[in-house]
Amino acid sequence: MKLSLDQVRRVAALSRLSLTSDEEARLAVDLQAVLDAAASLDTLDLRDVPPTAQVNLTESPLRRDVAVEPLGVKKALANAPDPVGSSFGVPKVIE
Amino acid sequence: MSAGWLSRIDAVEPKVHAFLHVDRSATGSGAGALAGMTVAIKDLIHVEGMPTTAGSKILEGFMPPFSATVVERLRAAGAVLVGKTNLDEFGMGSSCENSAYGPTMNPYDLKRTPGGSSGGSAAAVAAGMCEAALGTDTGGSIRLPAAFCNLVGLRPTYGRVSRWGSVAFASSLDQIGPMARTVDVCERVFHVIAGPDDRDATSARVPPPARTDVGLKGLRIGLPREYFGEGLAPEVERAVRAAATWYEGQGAKLVEVSLPHTNAALATYYLLAPSEASSNLARYDGVRFGRRADGVKGLRDMYERTRSEGFGAEVKRRIMLGTFALSAGYYDAYYVKAQKVRTLVRRDFDAALSKADVLLTPVSPTPAFELGAVKSPMALYLMDVFTIPSALAGLPGLALPGGFTDAGLPIGLQLTGRPFAEGELFSVARSYERAHPWHERTPALESS
Repeated sequence: MKLSLDQVRRVAALSRLSLTSDEEARLAVDLQAVLDAAASLDTLDLRDVPPTAQVNLTESPLRRDVAVEPLGVKKALANAPDPVGSSFGVPKVIE
Repeated sequence: MSAGWLSRIDAVEPKVHAFLHVDRSATGSGAGALAGMTVAIKDLIHVEGMPTTAGSKILEGFMPPFSATVVERLRAAGAVLVGKTNLDEFGMGSSCENSAYGPTMNPYDLKRTPGGSSGGSAAAVAAGMCEAALGTDTGGSIRLPAAFCNLVGLRPTYGRVSRWGSVAFASSLDQIGPMARTVDVCERVFHVIAGPDDRDATSARVPPPARTDVGLKGLRIGLPREYFGEGLAPEVERAVRAAATWYEGQGAKLVEVSLPHTNAALATYYLLAPSEASSNLARYDGVRFGRRADGVKGLRDMYERTRSEGFGAEVKRRIMLGTFALSAGYYDAYYVKAQKVRTLVRRDFDAALSKADVLLTPVSPTPAFELGAVKSPMALYLMDVFTIPSALAGLPGLALPGGFTDAGLPIGLQLTGRPFAEGELFSVARSYERAHPWHERTPALESS
């Protein structure tokens, strides 16, 4: 498929990225190259092939339900750009 | 060498730029399996007390509130954790040129890349600044730099080593593994970090491996025909074939096998890994940790500007690619299709490893290339064509020194095995290393 600039802009919005027009143009070319390579997969017969999401080579049982020491508020907030009390501060969303 | 590690770093680090952080006061303990061994940690893995950047501006100044399981295990074994090493941003790259903090140079030729993404780890060990290092490997990021820097590097079986405390890139592929100059040191570090961990749900409940010795007599070594075709540098092919001939001389049996979906695996990886990355990297939103853009106007503006200012070009490219492959209308045509091809890739390896005990291949089509020489993203992605397929299948892969080109650049060999057969890989590599001590040829950094 041929990727349009409008599609690049739509994907950027979904990705929460704001791109310059130079970036849009460059990404259109770069993404197209990968999609062109991906077109080679169309020659494979995949009708009865199940998808692999994860290579679960062994079982992964749940761990025992035992309480452990949590990280704690102080450590959890230590890297926050805008800690407010025991919360993460964000820009106002309600006027 | 432990006592002199700091002066060695002071002497050669300005030429190599392997580190993003050096802990000048690091000490180990006198007891334990790795007592006093100097180990560097890829800056994608948390070490409490040292910053984690992931090679990205978006995590500049981030101090992890805990250490990774692998780091706790290294410390408990007495290792000296000397610092954090450079990488392609979030592990996305094959040359270490995608770091927001500048590239790392290959100690064997400072104009060239050490490989990526664990390029800083490889360069640190190759330059003699530490004895071992941890890397991560999503599609080849341990094996490629090991090959470019004359090292032994293991990508363990998926699930063999806990990823708790490492920064996620593509969760169905990421693995942590060791790098060192010799098979022995690499294996010793592997034994310390491997084994089940309750904190990683993908951690396999398989006991840690023991050292094993596999005889070469009768061992079936598979040579996948698709790995010896067009694009493979003649010097690399000669080295791999010479190693095969040597093994045959020791009594091993060479078997031609086929991995028909090798080329399809590359396209598959560059849909699946970015898809997982686009999801994993959604967490960098300027709310809980990492950077937030200044003077933002509302929530959406904060997300977009924080991410646009914080991520580098390759990371944006992969987020975009992954978001596209997962988006409504394209999900089945790209993401699900790639997952189906992944099944075919796994079946290829099942078939090949029923005819052979291990596979012997090149690690990369060429030796280390010059920094800045590979311009298009697609051309760089091709560097991973021999490391991606086994990663998609979750299999262990070991890179080991296989000689040098006429120009003095290291050439890597790759051994790929069945799930959890790392012990066999180390054993098969050890036999070769005893007869071919390429690791003794260290880089001449002093004169450059």
